[in-house]
Amino acid sequence: MADNVKPRVRVPKTASKDEVIQIKTLISHPMESGQRKDKDGNVIPRSIINRFHVTFNGTDVLDVAMDPAISTNPYFEFEAKVPESGEFVFTWYDDDGSVYEDKHSVEVS
Amino acid sequence: MKIDRREVLVVGAGAAALASLPLTAMAQDGAAEKTADELIAEFTGGAEVAEGDGVTLTAPEIAENGNTVPISVEAEGASEILVLAPGNPTPPVATFKFGELAGAHMASTRIRLAETQDVVAVAKLADGSFVRTSSNVKVTIGGCGG
Amino acid sequence: MTIPFRRAALAAMACALALPALAETAPESTDPIVINGGEVELQTAAPAPEHLDGALDEIYSGWLFRDPDTQTMQTDDFENPGMIFVDQGMDEWNMVEGEAGKSCASCHEDVSESMKGVRATTPKVNKDGALWSVEDYVNDCRTSRMQAEALDWNGDRMKNLTALISMQSRGMPMDVAIDGAAQPFWEQGKEMYYTRYGQLELACSNCHEDHYGDWIRADHLSQGQTNGFPVYRLKDAGLVSQHNRFRGCIRDTRAETFPIGSDEFRALELYVASRGNGLPVEGVSVRH
Repeated sequence: MADNVKPRVRVPKTASKDEVIQIKTLISHPMESGQRKDKDGNVIPRSIINRFHVTFNGTDVLDVAMDPAISTNPYFEFEAKVPESGEFVFTWYDDDGSVYEDKHSVEVS
Repeated sequence: MKIDRREVLVVGAGAAALASLPLTAMAQDGAAEKTADELIAEFTGGAEVAEGDGVTLTAPEIAENGNTVPISVEAEGASEILVLAPGNPTPPVATFKFGELAGAHMASTRIRLAETQDVVAVAKLADGSFVRTSSNVKVTIGGCGG
Repeated sequence: MTIPFRRAALAAMACALALPALAETAPESTDPIVINGGEVELQTAAPAPEHLDGALDEIYSGWLFRDPDTQTMQTDDFENPGMIFVDQGMDEWNMVEGEAGKSCASCHEDVSESMKGVRATTPKVNKDGALWSVEDYVNDCRTSRMQAEALDWNGDRMKNLTALISMQSRGMPMDVAIDGAAQPFWEQGKEMYYTRYGQLELACSNCHEDHYGDWIRADHLSQGQTNGFPVYRLKDAGLVSQHNRFRGCIRDTRAETFPIGSDEFRALELYVASRGNGLPVEGVSVRH
């Protein structure tokens, strides 16, 4: 696992039924591209987050296949429809097999 | 400041090196990578791709630093949007798949561009057809140390 | 791209007449940085402090010299990638380490209370007469009170902490003392600021006083203000400390540079900070 990987997610705490809400996510990760070389000229192996997946109450919102051209500390902004109260699950998948997860509940009034 | 003849030439050409990436070396190493056209064909299964309407790609005309270029894509009703940077040593950037609970079918992120180029977005629309657009981004070299 | 700078007609004339080339270019607008939809507003210009004696008319945040896309990243604490490291700094703040079994929080408790204003008045002369940067205060606490290892000045853990500490002064004007015990350090820093270094024979002032707002390759020079440090630099995709930036600038003049954490850089840090007295601390700014 890359050191100190930490997700930040911004989701409104409340919404009205079927409201479309804006979500922003940021996660600290070096996203080593596999293109860089170290001081001795050896290629630094690729080590990135390769997938970002978002569900709400188990239903898909967004699924992103990520390549090394995504910047260090990957940022995403997108929209989701909230049909009922429930929970967003945000999951990032690392090349090295690590999985980072963050959950946020939204109350529908 | 590294005054290196190759770098000066690169500046002249209006291209940029990502920090500490030797561009020429990357291009050679990347010879076995799939080209943008091959990746698009893979994405569409060989179907025809229309130009223009139906997909929007927003990117800066000039990026202050190629390491972190903000972009967003949007295609109403699309199931997927593929984003490519054909001028990079490896062209794939990301593929966004929108689920049942997606709001507007849009997403923003930040990407790496190795040099000035046309960034490409291809969307698979609700009716299964494909549409593409592109946006030119000039990548500049910063003042000190590139 | 719109080029947000105008060259003062006077400066252009001065060049034409082959008078000393004072070609600084003032920003066209000095709008404040409006963060989180108005929750925080940071002024981007202030009258030059008196000690500059007319060397600058006004002092400007480096934010004004950046492209709109880079500027925008600093206008929302969520889009500012530096804020991840402020979060990590908070974890660091609460982490118990060392023989004494303490964390920063054990003594200093709520960072938003105890560290408020620290960044705006540092570097400063400590009780023993030495000039200390924030990093020195952190490491003194770690070694003497926590009985833990000192942190690497330029390492991630230290930068995360200085980012957290800076944030507690966000919006407060830079106000470092330059008189009394600080004066000799300040004089030393000033001397360095105007000394030409390296094979390119460049002093800080040649770029950041004489030519701010002008192009340097494909980029605009800023006044080299430090109120935004530590900055999240897009080029490095990470936090950059003040001393690291000094090292980079001096290296770019093709000189042997001073080490990060050296007395020379502490003095320079004080002097450069004093040139920004009056500009608000930006906490973690975004530059490119």
